[in-house]
Amino acid sequence: MSSLAFYVHIPYCVRRCGYCDFNTYTPGELSIDLNFRDVSRSYIDLLLQEINFARQISTAEKVPTIFFGGGTPTLMEPVDLGRVVSAIGEKFDLLPNAEVTTEANPDTVTQEKLAALRTAGINRISFGMQSATPHVLDTLDRTHNPENVLKATQWAREAGFDEISVDLIYGTPGESISDWQRSIDTALSLPITHISAYALIVESGTKLGAQVKRGDIVMPDDDETADKYLLADEKFEAAGFRWYELSNWSKPGSESRHNLAYWNGDNWWGAGPGAHSHIDGRRFWNVKHPTAYAQKMANGGDPKHEEEFLTDSQKASEEIMLKIRLADGLAFDSLTPVQIDALEGFKSQGHLIEQSWSEKRAVLTRSGRLIADRIVREILL
Amino acid sequence: MPAIPLTKAPQPSQTKPEQIRNFCIIAHIDHGKSTLADRMLGITEVVELRNMRAQYLDRMDIERERGITIKSQAVRLPWRSGIDGQEYILNMIDTPGHVDFTYEVSRSLAACEGAVLLVDCAQGIEAQTLANLYLAMENNLTIIPVLNKIDLPAAQPEKFAEELAKLIGCQPEDCLRVSGKTGAGVTELLDQIVKQIPAPVGDPLAPTRALIFDSVYDTYRGVVTYVRVKDGHLSTRDQIQMFSTGVRHEMLEVGVISPEPMVSKGLGVGEVGYVITGVKDVRQSRVGDTITTYNNPTKVALSGYKDPRPMVFSGLFPLDGADFPLLREALDKLQLNDAALVYEPESSAALGFGFRCGFLGLLHMEIVRERLERESNLSLISTAPNVVYSVTTGDGKLLTVTNPSEYPDGKIEKVEEPIVRATVLAPSEFIGTIMELCQERRGILMGMDYLSEDRVEIRYTLPLAEIVFDFFDQLKSRTRGYASLDYEPIGEAEGDLVKVDILLQGEKVDAFSAIVHKDKAYAYGTMMTGKLRELIPRQQFEIPIQAAIGGRIIARESIRAIRKDVLAKCYGGDISRKRKLLEKQKEGKKRMKMVGRVEVPQEAFVAALTTDADIDKAKAKAKERE
Repeated sequence: MSSLAFYVHIPYCVRRCGYCDFNTYTPGELSIDLNFRDVSRSYIDLLLQEINFARQISTAEKVPTIFFGGGTPTLMEPVDLGRVVSAIGEKFDLLPNAEVTTEANPDTVTQEKLAALRTAGINRISFGMQSATPHVLDTLDRTHNPENVLKATQWAREAGFDEISVDLIYGTPGESISDWQRSIDTALSLPITHISAYALIVESGTKLGAQVKRGDIVMPDDDETADKYLLADEKFEAAGFRWYELSNWSKPGSESRHNLAYWNGDNWWGAGPGAHSHIDGRRFWNVKHPTAYAQKMANGGDPKHEEEFLTDSQKASEEIMLKIRLADGLAFDSLTPVQIDALEGFKSQGHLIEQSWSEKRAVLTRSGRLIADRIVREILL
Repeated sequence: MPAIPLTKAPQPSQTKPEQIRNFCIIAHIDHGKSTLADRMLGITEVVELRNMRAQYLDRMDIERERGITIKSQAVRLPWRSGIDGQEYILNMIDTPGHVDFTYEVSRSLAACEGAVLLVDCAQGIEAQTLANLYLAMENNLTIIPVLNKIDLPAAQPEKFAEELAKLIGCQPEDCLRVSGKTGAGVTELLDQIVKQIPAPVGDPLAPTRALIFDSVYDTYRGVVTYVRVKDGHLSTRDQIQMFSTGVRHEMLEVGVISPEPMVSKGLGVGEVGYVITGVKDVRQSRVGDTITTYNNPTKVALSGYKDPRPMVFSGLFPLDGADFPLLREALDKLQLNDAALVYEPESSAALGFGFRCGFLGLLHMEIVRERLERESNLSLISTAPNVVYSVTTGDGKLLTVTNPSEYPDGKIEKVEEPIVRATVLAPSEFIGTIMELCQERRGILMGMDYLSEDRVEIRYTLPLAEIVFDFFDQLKSRTRGYASLDYEPIGEAEGDLVKVDILLQGEKVDAFSAIVHKDKAYAYGTMMTGKLRELIPRQQFEIPIQAAIGGRIIARESIRAIRKDVLAKCYGGDISRKRKLLEKQKEGKKRMKMVGRVEVPQEAFVAALTTDADIDKAKAKAKERE
C-alpha cells in the first residue's frame, strides 16, 4: 500500500513581505478580524472537509509526514492545527514516527504556544530567520528582531522539539559578504538540526520585483551570490551539517522527510487554497483564493482548479530535474547513454563527483550545484 | 469640355506626331506627384469618377504605403486644348523618385520632350528633385515649373517661385500654381503642357527604333515592356529584335495604357505604349535597350543604354535555416521584375545558408528586403551593407571584393573604393552641422550655392561606403529632417582601408567582419566587441571577444564564465512550473547558433547587426501599425 504525505496550506499573514509571492493574504485584503480566532476555526473546518475528500480519492493508507506551511501557520490556534493532525490520524494511518512540521514566525511564538503545538502533535518546527543583519531584514521588509530567533529556538528546544530548522536568505541587495557571514555564524550558534538557505529570487508582481524593475534596487551580481553559496556550504559542513539537497543542510538523520517526498517523486496531498498535489503521475492544484476555496468546499468538496497527467518523458524530465539536486544524485539506470555522455563533459569540468561517477551516480560538486539548471537543460530530452 | 471620350480621341498608331506631347513629372517623394496624376486622370476623364482611387497608378502596396513610385508607367490622356481647341494626346510618363533609380529616371526622361517640375510650395525643392532636374536639362527637355499644394496654410509660393526661377532660368511668374488636392490650376497645366512642350520628331520611314524605358513582370502576361517609338513603326505583325542581345521575339500584343491596357494595331512615331513578347524575365527586355524589327533592323541604337550595376552588397539569411529554399524561390520571383537585383548563395559559419545580394543602393536594398519578408512571409537577418572594393594584392593580382569574407589575407598593395558626388540641400542654419558630418565621413567639399536666402546646396565627394553606413539617418537627425541628399557615383579612389575581424574565443565570426577606414577600425572594434559582450550570455567558460586587423588585436573584451545558473527553491508547487520553464529554455537552446563552442542567441546576431537608426525605424513602424 502506497503512502501519502500531507501538505497543509495556511494562507494568512499579518502583513506581506516585500519579496514574497506565495499564496497568502492579509486581514486587510480579506476584510477579516486581525486576531484570526474565528478564521482559525472556520478555515480549519474547511481543511477537515478536504481531508475527508482526500480519503475518498486516495487509495493510500500510510501517512509518513505532515507539513504546515504558509502563509503563517502559527496564526492558527494550536488546537485547530491539532484538529488537522487528528483528522489525518483518523482517516489514514499516521505512522507513529511521522514527521509533523510547522513553519513559524520567530517574532510571534511564545513558550505557551510552542508547548501547545507539541501537544497538538507537531514535532518539528521551521523558523523563518532569513538574516541576522537588521538592514538586510529591512530590505526584505521583515520586521523581526534578530535576537528573537535565539529565544524562539531555545524555547522550542525546551518545549520538546528535537527537530528545529531555520530558513536563511542570501543575496539580498545591500548584503555584504560579512553580513552573510554573520547570518551563518548566528544560525550555527542556535540549537538547531537543520538549515535551509536560499538565494533571493526576485518574483515579478512583488514589491521587490517592482523596485528592481524601476531600478530603485539593484540585484547583486550572480558571482557574488555564488561566493555566498560556497561560503555557506563550507561553514555548514564544517559545523556538521551535511548538504542533502541544493539549498538544504542537516545533522545526519535530521533531513526533512517531507521535502524529500517532493524530490523523490512520492505521492502527496496538498490541502488548502492553491495547494498542489501529486498522485502517481497526476498533478492537480486547488483554486487559489481562500474565498473561491471556501465556495468549492461548500459545493461538494472538490477544491481542484486544474490538473495535468504527466507523460513518460515529462516524468523522466522531472526525475532528472529533482534528483540531480540531491546528495544521492541521479542514478545512471534512469538515464540514456546520450544523457550520460553529456554528463561526462560536466564531470571532466569538475561539476560532478568522481567517486559517485564510478558508482554510476551523477552527484553534483559544489560548483556543479551552482549550475544545476544548466546541466539539466543540457540533458533534458 | 476639354476632355475627349476615349473612343472619339485620336487612336494609337494613327495619331500624328504633331498631336502628341510626351512629358514626365519630376518631384520628390510626398510632394504630391501621385495626387496630381490622379487629378489629371480625373480631369481628362480616362478614369470614371466611381472607379477612382487614391494613387491610382501605383501598383504595389509598398508603393502606396511608402508614397514612393518604384516603377514608372505611361498613361495616354486625350485632351482638347483650351488654347487652340485642337485634340491632343498627352503621354504622362511616371518616373521613380529616388536616388537609387537614377538610371531608370534617365531612361524615362529620354522618352519625353518635356518635364513638369513639381515642387511642394511648403517645402521647396529637394536634392533628388534637383538631381533629376539637372538630368532633364541635360536631356534638353522643356521644363514647366509648377508649385503644388497652394491650398496649404504653410504654402510660400513666392519664395519657392524665386528659387525655381533661379534654378531653371525663368521668371518667378512663369511658375504655375496648382493643387493636386483641390484640382486648382490643373486644367491650365494640361493646356500649358500642350503649348510649351514640343511635339516629338522622328522618321516614320526609317528602320524602327523604340526605346525601352520600363519593363515589368506580370504573373499572367509575362514581361510587359514599355516603349517610346522614335522612328518607324511597331505593329503586331512584326517580329522584333533587341538591339543589345540580337535576340528575336514574337510580338504578341501592342497597346497603350489609358490607364487600363488597351490593345492597338501598333504604335507610330512619338507614341508611347507597351509590347508583350512572351519573355518571362525582365533581363531579356532591359530598360535602355532599343527595340527594332527583325526584317528591317536599325544599325544605330538609341544612345544611353547601360547595364544596371549593383553598388551595395549585403548578405540575407533566413532566421529559420529551414526557410532557405523559400528565400531562393522568393528571390527568383523578385528578380523576374528587377533587372538590377543580383544574388548568389552564400554560407556563413554564423548565420547558415543565405544569399549575397547586390543592390543599386540602400533604398533598393530596403525595398527588396521588405518585399521578401512581406510577400513570402520570411524573417530575415541582413548583414551590414558594404560597397564593392578593388583590391590589388602584394603579388599584383586585382580582386573585386563584394564581401568582407573575400578580402585577401596576405599583403595588400592598394584598395580602391567607389566615390560619389553628393549633393545636400538644406536650410542654411545647418551648414555647420552638415559640413561636420561630411568631414567625419571623409568628405571633400566641392562647392556651395545659395538657392535662396536661407536655403543652400552643398556639394561633397564622399566614399560611397560612408554613405552606406547610416549617413542618411545621421543627416536627417542632425538637421531635424530638413536636409535632403542625392548622390551619383563618379569613380573609384584609393583609400586607407583595412578589414576588421571579430573573433569569439579565437573563432572568426564572418557576419561581423567589416572593411573600414584605418582611422575608424578601432572605433568599429570597440563598438562591436562591447555590443557582443552585452548580447552574448555567460557560458560555462570564459569567452574572449577580440577585434583584429589580420593578426593584430585592436580591441578586446571578455565574457566571464557563468558560475551560477540554478533556482534555489523547488518544492511541491514549483515542480510543474520549473519543468515547463526548463523545457522552454531547452527549446530556446535549439535556436542558438554555435560559433565554435560558444552558443550565440539569434537575437544577439540581429541586435549586433542592427544600428540604432534601424531600431528607431522598427519602432516607428510598429507604432504606425498600432
